[in-house]
Amino acid sequence: MRAVTWQGRHKISVETVPDPEIVNPRDAIIRVTSTAICGSDLHLYDGYIPGMRAGDIVGHEFMGEVIETGAASTLKRGQRVVIPFTISCGQCFFCEKKQYSACDNSNPSETRDASELMMGHAMGGAFGYAHLTGGYAGGQAEYVRIPYSDVGPVVIPDDLPDDDVLFLSDILPTGWQAAVNADIEPGDTVAVWGCGPVGLFTIQSALLLGAGRVIAIDHFPTRLALARKYGAEILDYTQVDVREALDEMTGGVGPDACIDCVGMESHGFTADNILDQVKVKMLSSTERIHALRQAILACRKGGRLSIPGVYGGFADKFPLGQLMEKGLSVKSGQTHVQRYSGELLDMIREGKFDTISLISHHAPLEDAADMYRHWHDDQDLYTKIVLKPGLKKGDISARQELQHA
Amino acid sequence: MSRSKNDLPDPLIFAAAGAGIAVLATGAALWQRRRHRESRGQEETIATDAPHWTLDKDSSRAMFGKSVLINRPRAELYAAWTPERFPDFMENVVAVDDLGDDVSQWTIKAPAGREVTLVNRITERVEDTSIYWQSTPASDIANSGEVRFTDAPAGRGTYVSLILAYDPPAGKVGRFAAKLLQREPEVQARRDLHRFKQLMETGEVTTNASPSARGAESPAEPHI
Repeated sequence: MRAVTWQGRHKISVETVPDPEIVNPRDAIIRVTSTAICGSDLHLYDGYIPGMRAGDIVGHEFMGEVIETGAASTLKRGQRVVIPFTISCGQCFFCEKKQYSACDNSNPSETRDASELMMGHAMGGAFGYAHLTGGYAGGQAEYVRIPYSDVGPVVIPDDLPDDDVLFLSDILPTGWQAAVNADIEPGDTVAVWGCGPVGLFTIQSALLLGAGRVIAIDHFPTRLALARKYGAEILDYTQVDVREALDEMTGGVGPDACIDCVGMESHGFTADNILDQVKVKMLSSTERIHALRQAILACRKGGRLSIPGVYGGFADKFPLGQLMEKGLSVKSGQTHVQRYSGELLDMIREGKFDTISLISHHAPLEDAADMYRHWHDDQDLYTKIVLKPGLKKGDISARQELQHA
Repeated sequence: MSRSKNDLPDPLIFAAAGAGIAVLATGAALWQRRRHRESRGQEETIATDAPHWTLDKDSSRAMFGKSVLINRPRAELYAAWTPERFPDFMENVVAVDDLGDDVSQWTIKAPAGREVTLVNRITERVEDTSIYWQSTPASDIANSGEVRFTDAPAGRGTYVSLILAYDPPAGKVGRFAAKLLQREPEVQARRDLHRFKQLMETGEVTTNASPSARGAESPAEPHI
């Protein structure tokens, strides 16, 4: 089959590799029909996630059709399924608590040692995201083996097109959990750093969960325009001092909840971020936490901080005293996708989410290398890329330009 | 007026000072640890609730223990810990042969494609609680151990602890080399214990077997 592979920093290539096989009774094999490039794939692309090996198949947001099942799978051939990016057994202590991304069985014995050494405890398994999370082949491929296929996959009714439901795999539940973790109370002001796909779903989720207003922060005009379309007020951090603006918009109190949808590769030319950039370039750090620092300083006293953004290790100049003295509560973590699949599918059917307008490009799997480059370099125009196996190379369709705010 | 070069200390001096401080600090830490260890030997009792295998006492044998939480009842796990099932979750065990009288012969993968034979006798069984064993003189490697089953609190299942001591065939150096080759008993036991957990909780041993663009790998075999 054909698959998108990581070959090193900023090196992505589409290769012919062996087809996956059923190995365990609970496995299923799916033929991929849609597979997206995620913001967190940029951290792999930039080489910031430890434990990648040249030749790894990437991709963790995908869906397709069941073509083969193991003896204990509950799926049936021909069913359309969306695959959660987290691999979860459903039976360990963590899965029973619905903390699916902490599954204690999905990271195999061979790979969990390194993960345990680095994190203190081994992380749960995930598709296409380095060997610290299990070393599973990813979904930017024609076929994928799905372990524990009786627990994760979401069966999709035939009348819902791929674009409506694909993001149930990661960014929609991640945005939803980000807003749930902010413990929003009716009328709250919620500030969201980063208007990438997760940020855009966080904005929609926060409003659905009762936020009075959402203030979104970014600097790419197209992404800010999408944020406004979904109901947020917007701040371009290249135009204003974000903390001053947030204070002035909230009578000096600050937002009730702050959500960091940026993660480890903050942009911007503030002094702290330039220093982080230098340290990262000198390989003495992997984290650029400017957005998180700003969120902590901006948040109101006694407020809530939710961190769906991905970080990889130890961070510098973390405003711990500010966090403590202001009495913030913090929730974070990889998404417990399986916990939210059912209710989010229902909400998609009820038309509560706009899952379509953030997609900027549909492209063939064969064009993945170019698409990764655009995703990295042209973040204003490329707001979400969906790859389609089977499309002929070069058959790319781009969204009509958005009406800028 | 520009300052002459000599006004500034050579950056190498800073580097040397830094390295000196690091060496002194490391030395002080080692000295403290040794002092602590020596004084502990003289005390009658050690005030601790830590499991004995977590205390860093010197031993001629390589000793270690590892515990996992398994979300199944204690009696079920005790009953499943039988030589017939070992090859299902012990990746390094080639075969377990029952020699009768609670003695079994284990054929185990060793570094560099070799195999070693262990001959162990079960010395004590406590129903649903623990199993102890001791090697016999016929064993290639002298070893002893215990597997212990304890109820976890709040209905969470069972803590299973594997405690093992053995004489590394080539001493500390050999043990280190075997670790690098992923065939050291501590590494193997820790991984096998997790495979036991996977098998008992999910009904199968988790594997990341999947394709890659690395020619040597099979999509049906696990990889690191």
